[in-house]
Amino acid sequence: MNEMTWIIAAFAGLMALAVLVYAILDGYDLGVGMLLPMKGNPKDRNTMIASIGPFWDANETWLVLAVGLLLIAFPPAYNLVLKELYLPATFMLIGLILRGVAFDFRAKVALDYKDIWDGIFKFGSGLTAFMQGYMLGQYVVGFENTVLTQAFSILSGLCVMAAYGYIGANWLVMKTEGELQKNAAKWARRCGLLCFVGVVAVCVVNPLVNPFVFDNWFQLPNSLLWFHIPVISLLLFIVNDRLLKRVPMRDDHSCWIPFVGTAGIFFLCFQGLLYSFYPYAIPGKMTLVEAASAPESLQFILIGAVIVVPIILAYTAFSYRVFWGKATDLKYY
Amino acid sequence: MVETLLFSRLQFALNISFHILFPTITIALCWFLLFFKIQHNRTGDEVWLRAYRFWVKIFALSFALGVVSGITMSFQFGTNWPGFMEVVGNIAGPLLGYEVLTAFFLEATFLGVMLFGMDRVSPRVHTFATAMVALGTTASAFWILSLNSWMQTPTGFEMRDGVAYPLDWFAIIFNPSLPYRLSHMLIASGLTASFLVAGISAYRMIKGDHKKAPKLALKTAVIAAALLTPLQVFIGDLHGLNTLEHQPQKIAAIEGAWETKKGLPLVLFALPDEGSRENHFEIAIPNIASLILTHDFKGEVKGLNEFEGEHPPVAPLFFGFRIMVGMGMLMLASAWLGAFYIARKKEMPNWLLKVFVGMSFSGWIATLAGWYVTEIGRQPYLVSGVLKTEDAVTTVPIENIATSFTLYLITYVALLAAYIHTLFRMARKSVYIEEINHTPYQELPLTKSHELEEGEALSNKAIGGAQ
Repeated sequence: MNEMTWIIAAFAGLMALAVLVYAILDGYDLGVGMLLPMKGNPKDRNTMIASIGPFWDANETWLVLAVGLLLIAFPPAYNLVLKELYLPATFMLIGLILRGVAFDFRAKVALDYKDIWDGIFKFGSGLTAFMQGYMLGQYVVGFENTVLTQAFSILSGLCVMAAYGYIGANWLVMKTEGELQKNAAKWARRCGLLCFVGVVAVCVVNPLVNPFVFDNWFQLPNSLLWFHIPVISLLLFIVNDRLLKRVPMRDDHSCWIPFVGTAGIFFLCFQGLLYSFYPYAIPGKMTLVEAASAPESLQFILIGAVIVVPIILAYTAFSYRVFWGKATDLKYY
Repeated sequence: MVETLLFSRLQFALNISFHILFPTITIALCWFLLFFKIQHNRTGDEVWLRAYRFWVKIFALSFALGVVSGITMSFQFGTNWPGFMEVVGNIAGPLLGYEVLTAFFLEATFLGVMLFGMDRVSPRVHTFATAMVALGTTASAFWILSLNSWMQTPTGFEMRDGVAYPLDWFAIIFNPSLPYRLSHMLIASGLTASFLVAGISAYRMIKGDHKKAPKLALKTAVIAAALLTPLQVFIGDLHGLNTLEHQPQKIAAIEGAWETKKGLPLVLFALPDEGSRENHFEIAIPNIASLILTHDFKGEVKGLNEFEGEHPPVAPLFFGFRIMVGMGMLMLASAWLGAFYIARKKEMPNWLLKVFVGMSFSGWIATLAGWYVTEIGRQPYLVSGVLKTEDAVTTVPIENIATSFTLYLITYVALLAAYIHTLFRMARKSVYIEEINHTPYQELPLTKSHELEEGEALSNKAIGGAQ
């Protein structure tokens, strides 16, 4: 820690914040996209999309911020990550492009094209989520390319899909009512189970492939520091499941708890990841200090960030307040 | 390696060309929307709101395309141009960072309120949200053009061990070519949006839309275009003079001038030949290029032979520039003709409406041609005098780059077709939609109870305002 200046720590923290906020926010709207039912009542689809309509754009901006911070603060890490993940990053971007435009096209085309754009929206959301998980897996194994690491990355991709589906379904439980809400609770319980299995699997594999993670986790007194993570996560999974079983509740009581609980699980898992890899920017390959760019550049951007990030959080809160409550049909004007 | 460079350049050109189409529309279209909104607030006339409602949908679609293709850009530097961040990352990073912090979040967050919030917030807050989106898009243009201009005319830094370190941020941000490039681009956006609004409105009228809204939008757009075209000519001239000072080789290529000359002729047409270093089939007017560039018939202009081996490819600049200027002339003529008919006759004849339909995307052509001139004109450098393009390219296997290039190409062609198709489809659909008056706050009971009181107060105010 002593060789690491406070400014590098500040940027690592800021980037961690951006990635976490991204995973929660874009996570729920990617999840809603993946859950889009292609059969059944088309009105449900409209409501589901309406629930994320005002937000998805700003949610994706957190990805740009996270990538931007990586690029600004740790350019060699940025270069290495994107070189190693060239194709998965391309597929993810294609997925993001498809879903972003499908969202807008679907509202403006005749009914006979609408199903196609909805299908593209669903496909793009799934592709994006899977590729993000796959990239995370590749990052965890230090871009090693063996059958085992590939299998692990695919598992990680599926796990992130389940996690996004989980938070997306819980978003719907919070933002919708009636039959759709009941279905959403059903989806949430299924995704929750998958997500739980996935998290456990990653937790088992991660220390096995990375010796330094094993040391970080299982050496006393270090392991006492992170002991709360699995305990609280497990608790949140159980509380969520019990609540979801009882949806719809009288007066829609505590419909927001599963969503917030899931955000909590995201936070804890993320904390676990950070804890595993600190002080590496790329596990086993490059430390944060080695990757950091010139201090004069970091200072210049940090001043702006300190002023602007609270303002961003404030107007993001304002936007969520404007669209508070259950989702209604979207109308452009 | 040569193929990696070629495909990386092609892919970057493809991505940035597709991307720029949409910000070029949205930067200025948002100010149009703000104008419609303010006019509605001010006069209470519903027709402004109808114009707003039609164009905000097109804005939303264009914005979405701009956002998603923009995300791709932020990955490109790492995937294909790692040398860029290695050498000038200390400068480019913060400029891109400020763009994200001060522009992207502002526009993306208030966009939700602007598009879907009219029933949920007061007219004043809604207008404020529209203004914030407009401000965000323009701020975004400022930062990205600052970086681009710095790559053309780098100042305020020093090189230590082959890496650029910032010395003076003010000099970096406000580098010598920024004022000209930024104004040139913002006006280009104004013209692109003007001609799009004019073209689609004219199309609606040709298809038998006799409502007031398209006429009003057409009038607003034509007047804006008539004012902006001469301004663009003036700024373009200043931009050219600035380029002559800092990047004379770019000007020489644009003019197709091989030898340094006093009294350089203005070449109207030629086939520049880099092999024999001369022009074939040249048609030129004596001394005029010197007059334009030095404001003196006998002024000296440096030729390409002074920069042999260090100047950009000549033909793309030569033709790109002429396409841009030619398109500008067409815009000037049609905008002034349109303004004349509006001022004198109040109505435009059918043939002129058709001309405007034909000119709907003229802004795109001029903007792309202009960007090709300035970006290819920077070659063989990525950052003038600091970093060559070939030294910045990735070592990713060529198969991967070919795969990604093909995927992007297919996606973009399909999306562009869908975009243009949808635009005209929306215009046709709007012909048959009855003019309905917007009734704000009718849906208030649907919002949650804690907002009801505030909402009712606003609703009463709005009804009072409408009367």
